Amino acid sequence: MAWTRFAKKKDMPGGLWIKCESCGAMLFRKEFEQKNRVCGTCGYHFTLPGRERIALTADHGTFVEMWTDLQPVDRLCFNDKVLYSEKLKATQAKTGETEAMIAGTANIKGIPCVLGVMNFAFLGGSMGMVVGEKIARCIEHATEKGLPVVLFACSGGARMHEGAISLMQMAKTCGALAMQNRKGGISISVMTHPTTGGVTASFASACDLLIAEPGALIGFAGPRVIATTIKKELPKGFQRAEFLLEKGQIDRIVPRSQMKDELARLLAYATGRDPVAAYKPQAVAAEPVIEVPPLPLSEEEPEPKSKPKRKKGKQG
Amino acid sequence: MTDTAPRSLVQDGLAFERPLRELELKIKELRNLATGTHLELSDEIHALEDRLRKQTVEVYAQLSPWERVHVARHADRPLTSDYVQMMLDDFVELHGDRVFGDDRAILTGLATMQGQRFLLVGHRKGKTVKDRLACNFGCAHPEGYRKALQKMRLAEKLKLPIVTFINTPGAYPGIGAEERGQASAIAKSILEMFDLKVPVVCIVIGEGGSGGALGIGIGDRVGMLENSYYSVISPEGCAAILWKSGEKAPEAADALKLTSKDLLRFGLVDKVIEEPVGGAHRDQRATVDRVKAQVLEWLAELSTLPTATLLEQRYEKFRRMGMPLGS
Ligand SMILES: [Zn+2]
Repeated sequence: MAWTRFAKKKDMPGGLWIKCESCGAMLFRKEFEQKNRVCGTCGYHFTLPGRERIALTADHGTFVEMWTDLQPVDRLCFNDKVLYSEKLKATQAKTGETEAMIAGTANIKGIPCVLGVMNFAFLGGSMGMVVGEKIARCIEHATEKGLPVVLFACSGGARMHEGAISLMQMAKTCGALAMQNRKGGISISVMTHPTTGGVTASFASACDLLIAEPGALIGFAGPRVIATTIKKELPKGFQRAEFLLEKGQIDRIVPRSQMKDELARLLAYATGRDPVAAYKPQAVAAEPVIEVPPLPLSEEEPEPKSKPKRKKGKQG
Repeated sequence: MTDTAPRSLVQDGLAFERPLRELELKIKELRNLATGTHLELSDEIHALEDRLRKQTVEVYAQLSPWERVHVARHADRPLTSDYVQMMLDDFVELHGDRVFGDDRAILTGLATMQGQRFLLVGHRKGKTVKDRLACNFGCAHPEGYRKALQKMRLAEKLKLPIVTFINTPGAYPGIGAEERGQASAIAKSILEMFDLKVPVVCIVIGEGGSGGALGIGIGDRVGMLENSYYSVISPEGCAAILWKSGEKAPEAADALKLTSKDLLRFGLVDKVIEEPVGGAHRDQRATVDRVKAQVLEWLAELSTLPTATLLEQRYEKFRRMGMPLGS
């Protein structure tokens, strides 16, 4: 996990400190990473790299990655000053990943499932043919094996460089869910910061259970597109997880620290196991005591920024 | 019909239409002159008509993707309401999503055409300024997709096939739309269209604007009119993001490979329905007739399939779209 977009953009010299995107607090990197990239001051949930998400979600040593041989093809010969094929190669080299989706089977607190995680570091987690194919395979494999499927969304939307092929991945992933529904399979979608565009408007919103991390930006159209269209300022908290919960769009908001327990509990309901046993917080290894450096005092109440910086993938 | 397109459009992507419009005007003048003065001008008129035909064929064969986007958006291009008027023998509009409202941007109703009954679902753009505003220029809200789905479930119950006409710049990006779950309305519509136990035929008649188009776009057969486009994002939006300049929309239109030919080449649509020479806006009647014939042919073909086969093939069709290497 050498590379994150924060490591690239937000680091202070030396990389010991990270500035919170939301409240501006200076965070000691080691502590920040130990808290799984949640701000100790304001609770802001930073985007979690795909591999870290898997490590945090799957029981240690149970994740078996699948479909790693799938490679994207530049069918359009897309060229926006840089060839898409070149961009792919560079991104693969930089991230060490073949694509924006990491998928396989895993146990979550002992409950077997299919686990798919979008990796924002790879072209903004955008959904192209490989992402769509892996999601469809996740759902089909789950259906075939009678397992529940858990999908973590984290994406700017469809991948423009694959044109209408990427658009049709919305159909492919929803079609797979429709097939799974017919067989009675269960799907859980966890929407994390950010989940927008064609990803929100397909599998991420079409699963049986919809969970979101606190403060996550979730929506169809990007906030900037909406602001330009309606020529008005957007209301506070617009398109945040809390806003979606209030508007009846999602089932639950679950903080990252409780995500695994919460997933296990839901999976227990989905697979006929005991939810009470499944929910019991796991014994956590004693954390090493860290010297916490003083944080800069802020005079105002920290509040989530209305427009965090993020890579835009697509609009309506 | 207007004789000249608005100047801004001409300057933009419809400049290629100008010489054709001039020829058309000249022919009209000569005709008027001939009837008014009883002069024998038929040779001249025929010669000009011949030239116009050739030039139109030539110009339309060489249109850039960006120019085709403008043809797809042309003010005189037949809209869903034109198809209703010119193609159907009977139409009963059905309103409302039963939850929130009646989105004018999507038209739904029971239709009969040459004895074939079906449910029609189509994006509606509106003709007059007032209409266009009421229809949000064809940009639907969540209630539009929920209305479409509710009516499609009704069609299933009535054992009627479904025909959708796609013509939208995209689903509406607004506060209310997000509050009421634009993403989930589209996702649910896409998912449930895979489950409809009746044949579904979709035709892109103008603009196939991303998720807003796909929201009513899951069909057993998907056709595209020759000069329509189908894209993951508008050329303008793509240019703004990747080129950081809306003025690069022609380049973006090129890069996105959004024409009917491209979609057919990638296996994303089943057929391109040819338009009359010079585009659908030059001959609405002929365009509507071709679409009608295609819809009837497909509905007849699909009516023979057992439901299980129909649903299996519908999924298989979209399942195969965009296969990566190593699959
Ligand atoms: Zn903070």
